[in-house]
Amino acid sequence: MTAKLTICGAGKSYGDFDAVLDCSFDVEANTIVSIVGPSGCGKTTLLWSMSGLHELTTGEIRLDGQPITAPHPDIGLVFQEANLLPWRNLIDNIRFPFEIKHTKPDMEWIDHLMDRVGLKGFETRFPRQLSGGMQQRAAIVRALSLRPQVLLMDEPFGALDAFTREEMNRLVEEIWLETRTAIVFITHSIEEALFLSDRVIVMSQQPGKVQSDYEVPFARPRTQETMSSREVFDLTNLIKADIYGATTHQSKAAE
Amino acid sequence: MNQLSTDRSVSGNPVGPTVGLSKATVFAAGTGARSLAEVGVIILTAIIVIGSLELALIWFEVPQYVLPTPSAVGKALIKEFPLIAPHLGYTLIELSCGFAIGASVGLFLAAVITQFPFAEKIIAPYILILVTTPMLALVPLLILRFGFGFEPRIIAVALASGPMVMINAATGFRRTDLDKIALARSYGATTLQIFWKIRAPMALPMILVGLMIGAIFGLLTAVGAEMVGGGFGLGNRLTTYSSMINMPEFFAVIVILSTMGVLIYMFFFWVGKRWASWET
Repeated sequence: MTAKLTICGAGKSYGDFDAVLDCSFDVEANTIVSIVGPSGCGKTTLLWSMSGLHELTTGEIRLDGQPITAPHPDIGLVFQEANLLPWRNLIDNIRFPFEIKHTKPDMEWIDHLMDRVGLKGFETRFPRQLSGGMQQRAAIVRALSLRPQVLLMDEPFGALDAFTREEMNRLVEEIWLETRTAIVFITHSIEEALFLSDRVIVMSQQPGKVQSDYEVPFARPRTQETMSSREVFDLTNLIKADIYGATTHQSKAAE
Repeated sequence: MNQLSTDRSVSGNPVGPTVGLSKATVFAAGTGARSLAEVGVIILTAIIVIGSLELALIWFEVPQYVLPTPSAVGKALIKEFPLIAPHLGYTLIELSCGFAIGASVGLFLAAVITQFPFAEKIIAPYILILVTTPMLALVPLLILRFGFGFEPRIIAVALASGPMVMINAATGFRRTDLDKIALARSYGATTLQIFWKIRAPMALPMILVGLMIGAIFGLLTAVGAEMVGGGFGLGNRLTTYSSMINMPEFFAVIVILSTMGVLIYMFFFWVGKRWASWET
């Protein structure tokens, strides 16, 4: 596998505070990589740097070997909240990126995506008329409408209830199986990370550093059965212990 | 999901004509979906209020020069309207010219200044002085310089409405939703695109409030300036009629002025409902 996105010694400091320090890892093409860690560990800062919205203080981030210094058309970003423009209806929100770029939207692809996420028939609704889950699905359509090669998702389902969240996770997996876009997914939920990812990266707090990097070897699509298996349970505990700084003794006791 | 959509079409709001649905809800508070009974109650209340005022004035034998009866005011309004109409025209000219100048300058300054927080700090006190000073006080001075024509009045209207528009619009432009700006930037938006596609629509509700307050302040100032000096305009009619103790005519002009104020309010309210209803 080739590295799509390379994070190489990335660091971001505000004054003498290091939000992110010396982070290095690769995101291979066609994979989903999750980043988990306590709040304030610099996950979002790192993700914004990958999107080109932030400049790094040290190191660099490369897409196919090209350094990212400004927002890049091949990199899509999904925000913590749906971040739809409330004065535009759904379809105008999805057309927004094309308006900015002065290009013609690929309506066939957009229609397909709208259908895929179950928003067909809601094109003329305004964001306030839709539930949080529907808004976030529209935001995903907006991000995918440009056919990005890398999709960055910043805790996209953190504000949703548990049921909607699970549904959205399945949706992301389905879309990923179809588009094979490399996805970097930030989350607080280890369960979500294990369900979606090929790799889980754990970041530590102050300064934000890569603490460990786990392979998630389970076959896809991951069923309820897979997700409740012993292997998933053990890996969950291992990552939890890593994040909460538990001793090896305790994690052994859990086994 | 299926269940839900069937329910919707049963209740008469299928997914298709949702635009119609949203418009109906938006305009419900305005003029659209009022029931006949509601209209009846509103008219009945008006008849009772005006009727009892009429009866009370007759019953207590209030002289006409103190407070004329509504019927006398109505008659004067109809009889004198051809004479008042040109003055209404002059006042409207002053208001629209002054407001157009004041509002454009106010909007432009608000848009520019909010981009430069330092400049805003320097200019803010002067704007506050302009907002709080009654521009009417300057009218005698303006008349000395510009005479008894339209100019001093238009200037006064512009000076009264401009700062009002500016201070409200600036509040609107200052509301920066960093996530929405980041969204636009992530698609490579230029500063100008961010302004027109994010900042301006986001500021629109506050801009409309500013325009409404500015227009009403402009009307007050136009009439006040006409009362200070000059031979035409609705304000001039007020001073003329009151000096001749023609109270029914005087109140007829007042009725015209309040109608203008209400129309200004309704216009901006309607524009807001139509184009800025995303913010409740």
